[in-house]
Amino acid sequence: MNDPLIIGGREFISRFILGSGKFSLEMTKVVIENGGVEMATLALRRAHTGGKENILDYIPEGITLLPNTSGARNAQEAVRIARLARDLGCGDFVKIEVINDSKYLLPDNYETIKATEILAKEGFIVMPYMYPDLIAARQMADAGAATIMPLGAPIGSNKGLLTKEFVKILVDEINLPIIVDAGIGRPSQACEAMELGVAAIMANTAIATANDVGTMASAFKLAVEAGRKAWLAGLGRVLEHKAEASSPLTGFLEGH
Amino acid sequence: MQNALITDNVMNYLDYMEATDSGIMDKTLMATDNYMCKTYSAGDVKKALCEDSLTFYDYAALLSPAAENMLEEIAKQAKIETRKHFGNSVSLYTPLYIANYCDNHCTYCGFNCKNDITRGKLSFEEIEAELKAISNTGLEEILLLTGESREESNVEYIGEAVKLAAKYFPTVGIEVYPLNTDEYAYIHQCGADFVSIYQETYDADIYAKYHLSGPKRSYPYRFNSQERAIRGGMRGVSFGSLLGIGDFRRDAFATGIHAYLLQQKYPHAEISFSAPRIRSFINSRDTQESQNSVSEKQLLQVLLAYRIFMPFVSIVISTRERAGFRDNVIGLAATKMSAGVKVGVGGHFMEKKGDEQFEISDARNVDQVHTMILDRGLQPVYSDYIRMI
Repeated sequence: MNDPLIIGGREFISRFILGSGKFSLEMTKVVIENGGVEMATLALRRAHTGGKENILDYIPEGITLLPNTSGARNAQEAVRIARLARDLGCGDFVKIEVINDSKYLLPDNYETIKATEILAKEGFIVMPYMYPDLIAARQMADAGAATIMPLGAPIGSNKGLLTKEFVKILVDEINLPIIVDAGIGRPSQACEAMELGVAAIMANTAIATANDVGTMASAFKLAVEAGRKAWLAGLGRVLEHKAEASSPLTGFLEGH
Repeated sequence: MQNALITDNVMNYLDYMEATDSGIMDKTLMATDNYMCKTYSAGDVKKALCEDSLTFYDYAALLSPAAENMLEEIAKQAKIETRKHFGNSVSLYTPLYIANYCDNHCTYCGFNCKNDITRGKLSFEEIEAELKAISNTGLEEILLLTGESREESNVEYIGEAVKLAAKYFPTVGIEVYPLNTDEYAYIHQCGADFVSIYQETYDADIYAKYHLSGPKRSYPYRFNSQERAIRGGMRGVSFGSLLGIGDFRRDAFATGIHAYLLQQKYPHAEISFSAPRIRSFINSRDTQESQNSVSEKQLLQVLLAYRIFMPFVSIVISTRERAGFRDNVIGLAATKMSAGVKVGVGGHFMEKKGDEQFEISDARNVDQVHTMILDRGLQPVYSDYIRMI
């Protein structure tokens, strides 16, 4: 089945995007291989100096880098970090993260919209991380976002798809790939999100905190694939709308 | 100036000191009085461990004597939180003391103005040589320290040192005397983003007893330093009590509440905790008793309580503690450690120019600490920051 994920004109077979930053760098390669990963995020603040333990040295060739703007507290800082990433040769993809709250690490949608607009005009393929608010998502789409990346739950919480209903609204209303970006704690939750029709899953903590990181990456790969297939197969009819009525509900109509 | 303060009420300010009246100090002290007077049971501790979000009551329970006997259970929870928020990252940094002149008479500190030690202050050339030597070890974060003398290490001197440090290090912090908001803003513009400053003890009576003279005797001016730093544009601030001066449980509680309230008011502020225990120093006489007053077990209890109360904060473990302790608390509660540490003035490139603040317990260099972190299945992190100035 040919079912590529297309972002910024680039085709991906894998719908499992790897977040980085919470596991040992030497595990990066095995996670990417086992997870069938084709795109991995890169916190520029961990990679910009080229010094010791630089994650760039651990990501295999051929993987699309998705530099993120973590550390940015407003649009202006996000824009600066994105430009820095491009200057360092990280390509045109950028995941915008604007976080102004050190406790919950919730994204600032307003500043994210502003950064999206500026960076999209500069030719970046902008993937904004956001709180799943339909109005904000529309504005990000209008501003030139290539995808929308709503959170499933607070970063690192492993609580799963707490924002399910709102993510579903984005899937229904926004004509861009919707990628669930944070909070996915186990493969079954990744599968559940994919069944909703989201285009891809991003995860990090769930894999980094597993006892066997490599095997968990593989489990995520399978779960994401299973969820995707379920969605393509049209799972929604029965499960979403409960059981079929046993007798016709419209039989009373004249001429029926 | 300092003599004038000997008998002064510690709640006074000196003329140049900016007064802050945000309410954080009053709320912290009130909460400390309210919660530390209660008795907590094992049941309270168990309840605290089940909560997603801890109340002040829960936090006090984790610091209580009852919790001291439940450390294994508490440690398990702390480890989960640490892993959730930091994965297996452990950040590395080192301090650089650029001066040890001090105007304060704090009886637990080797730099105190009455202590007869070799005093020194690095020239800018010397600072740069030290910075280069440290940078060559691979470190990318530095903490610049001075003794607390506004005269000998004035704000301009610190600012110039920060500018030099910013040339070599993406992340620069300062641990100097408390500054006014505009001074923090200036130092921030020079390239520093993080401020470490410790209240030592939150008990004002004990504070008065240990801080006999000097500007440090002003309790509220020190207390509100973090708030001024954040208002001045700094991105992160560190909190801590010198455990062993007062009742360590009470001080650790107040430290946590202070940080909690500040973060609540300034949600973008990045919070960090340190939990130093008193160390002996050159010519120290009366600290032996204090040194023994907080056991390693109790120190661990404090670190674990900090972690569970505020799971997203950075916790630093310094070379005041032995290697075996440091190695085991990273990944469990601590997320940041120093390496290649010298606590005299300079000493990384040149011979030290002034004596040490205290005696360190872990003299391992950066490579040794790096290897240890990897051997423990954790990930050394050198750079985690992009300066925006």
